[in-house]
Amino acid sequence: MLGYIVKRIIYVTPVALGVSVVCFLLVHLAPGDPLTSVLPIDATAEQQAQMRAIYGFDRPLIVQYGLWLWKVLHADLGNSIASGRPVLSEVSRAVVNSLILAAVATLIGFTFGSLFGFVAGYFRNSPLDKAASALSVFGVSVPHYWLGMVLVIVFSVQLNWLPATGAGPGGSDHWRPDAEHLRYIILPAITMSVIPMGIIARTVRALVADILAQEFVQALRAKGLSEWGVFKHVVRNAAPTALAVMGLQLGYLLGGSILIETVFSWPGTGFLLNAAIFQRDLPLLQGTILVLAMFFVVLNLIVDVLQTALDPRIQRG
Amino acid sequence: MSSFLKKSTVLGVGLLLAVSSTVFAQGTLRIGMTASDIPLTTGQTDQGGEGMRFMGYTVYDGLINWDLSSATKPSDLVPGLAESYGVDPADATKTRWVFKLRQGVKFHDGSEFDADAVVWNFDKLLKIDAPQFDKRQSAQGKSRIPAVATYKTIDKYTVEIVTKSPDATLPYQLAWIMMSSPAQFEKVGKNWDEFAKTPSGTGPWKLTLFVPRERAEMVPFKDYWDKARVPKLDKLVLLPLPEANARVAALRSGQVDWIEAPAPDAVASLKAAGFPIIINAYPHNWTWHLSRAPGSPWNDIRVRKAANLAIDREGMKELLAGLMIPAEGFMPPGHQWFGNPKFKVKTDIAEAKKLLAEAGYSKDKPLTVKAIISPSGSGQMQPLPMNELIQQNLAEVGIKVEFEVVEWNQVINLWRAGALDPNAKGASSINFSYFIQDPFTGFIRHLQCNLKAPTGTNWGHYCDPEMDKLLDAVRNTFDPKEQLAVLQKVHEKYVDDALFLMVTHDVNARALSPKVQGFVQAKNWFQDFSPITMAK
Repeated sequence: MLGYIVKRIIYVTPVALGVSVVCFLLVHLAPGDPLTSVLPIDATAEQQAQMRAIYGFDRPLIVQYGLWLWKVLHADLGNSIASGRPVLSEVSRAVVNSLILAAVATLIGFTFGSLFGFVAGYFRNSPLDKAASALSVFGVSVPHYWLGMVLVIVFSVQLNWLPATGAGPGGSDHWRPDAEHLRYIILPAITMSVIPMGIIARTVRALVADILAQEFVQALRAKGLSEWGVFKHVVRNAAPTALAVMGLQLGYLLGGSILIETVFSWPGTGFLLNAAIFQRDLPLLQGTILVLAMFFVVLNLIVDVLQTALDPRIQRG
Repeated sequence: MSSFLKKSTVLGVGLLLAVSSTVFAQGTLRIGMTASDIPLTTGQTDQGGEGMRFMGYTVYDGLINWDLSSATKPSDLVPGLAESYGVDPADATKTRWVFKLRQGVKFHDGSEFDADAVVWNFDKLLKIDAPQFDKRQSAQGKSRIPAVATYKTIDKYTVEIVTKSPDATLPYQLAWIMMSSPAQFEKVGKNWDEFAKTPSGTGPWKLTLFVPRERAEMVPFKDYWDKARVPKLDKLVLLPLPEANARVAALRSGQVDWIEAPAPDAVASLKAAGFPIIINAYPHNWTWHLSRAPGSPWNDIRVRKAANLAIDREGMKELLAGLMIPAEGFMPPGHQWFGNPKFKVKTDIAEAKKLLAEAGYSKDKPLTVKAIISPSGSGQMQPLPMNELIQQNLAEVGIKVEFEVVEWNQVINLWRAGALDPNAKGASSINFSYFIQDPFTGFIRHLQCNLKAPTGTNWGHYCDPEMDKLLDAVRNTFDPKEQLAVLQKVHEKYVDDALFLMVTHDVNARALSPKVQGFVQAKNWFQDFSPITMAK
């Protein structure tokens, strides 16, 4: 097992390097001037050149990449051009906020997705199956920014039950898990949870249906095992795949959703990326994308390792 | 008796304190800004006009400020931290200015504002080896004061500024420059990042909480030098809400009391729900900047006038739910520089067709022009439907428009590069929104021959010796009344020569809670929050 983990970590290194190259090049290849966010539009060519030199954008791209990578390896993602604040602190704050939102959304999505999936799979072709399947199709199909706006109109504007925007009354710096702050997370978390809920429900339904059709289930029933006992076997067999899907979904959610976080002004990575894109804030954009990509890589590694640990049929060769 | 007097005095003072505390206890105003981050808090703000509005003229002052006290009269310059100023009459070169500073002004940290602080602040922007030089503030401030050559203290309350050449527009340039506290900079370890968390200016508001990208809170600075502008509110809260629908939802759900730039399609429902929409003219222009480079179809004045006469501005106003002022010139109607142009900017299709026919074009033999436009952008209002309407209007008279749609930051780059840059791909017009609050941003940067892009900011390569003479006169006329007359002549020539496609002006729309009282929306990009109170 240890050898397998070491091997997987070694595989991650070239992936991480590739990710860094793509992160760096993508934002540089996009049109637009990184100094747009710091200079008034009528700054003269001379002033632009001066600022370009101060920020180091006049150096060859390969040199800029080398310097950036060197800093990254020393846990320094540089400073935001627009705000001047260290990118690492900006991204860390946003990642924590997105993590809180993603965790709550995943919890909702996984709970209801699994519930709908098991119900639909267990009672195939029944009205319960059709209702659960309809909900899961709705989950994967509905544009979530639209759903977010509808929820805001109903629960914030019309009923005035929940706040429409923000992470709390004093901003995320003062976030704590009390009732007042939890009110702020309900709408974005529900909006964010519908896609993973739909995906997990459909996956679990197919898995349960597949497992129920297998011979060992017939054998269990033939041996007189109670339906609850059979159910536990089905859950154990479905768990690794459901877990893998949940891990992937958590990865997607950790990246934040630009649309959801913008609609709710939730100060996470999606909100940060949106701001960085519009401001052409290259260090912030590169840093955020790199951190999110690395999250994904690490998360995949963890899920792979967990899956191998949970499912003895997977080879560790 | 003596005891009675003492008791009465104590009671009287107590009552007075109680009354004055109710005068200042006027609630909290929460504002949803369009910016995605709290503007730079160190003095020289970023985020353009909105940054200066919320973090410039609130926490800081300039030597010269804008008069933001009236919603009806044009907004002009007023003395700020400089009590009086002017070019030295004894100086034949007309480049030496003397500024007499206001005495007794304190920064929020309690330190005194004086001539040394002024020089220190100029060094902050211009002297690259000064300990207080800040590249972020320099990036924002240096280009605002191109005229400044040198500066020094004369005495504790007098500063001298020498310009590179005679330049009567210096006061307008200085109205951009905000004064930060040198003492606070020292106190926080000479570090601008630390200063940003606990900034100190001389302005009417004092920053008390700063959560990047989320929230800024300010309280009144009770020792503000202009007692008439000591804020009445208890607290001012700024929240970045870049998404228009999120701003509307926040206002309607009671999370904020004021939103900037409500989406036009939300205006009717906001009004119906009892939220007043406040608008006023201000120096903003949404235009098509026309190329005057060799070979441009816009070099023919008949074509320029025809295009201006073809635009259905009233139709556009309907499209924008009334949130625009149809252009009658480059400056908004009623602006102090408007003058009396002969060419009347209006819709006259027959005249437009006649002019185009004289130029050799018609609906059957149309002139083809290419315009750079963006799908969105700062100050760009609703660029796609607005440009499509213009495309339709121009097609009706015989001008076929092809669009080159690019992202807003790329539009800025193309604007900086100029009409002859290969990346403009032959475009002869660019749709742009302009801040036109001072002579430089309003006229000089677009029209002076020596400012042709890419070295300068004259995108269209326009050059007319007669206009250059007028612009020189603007710089060399130091009497404000005489300068006003010259600026009017510039605008008259601008309109009479139909230099740009004059389309519309934004109206600085904001939606407020009915609780917000006492706000006077000045005809300016910046606003004064001091007179505002919140009804219970």
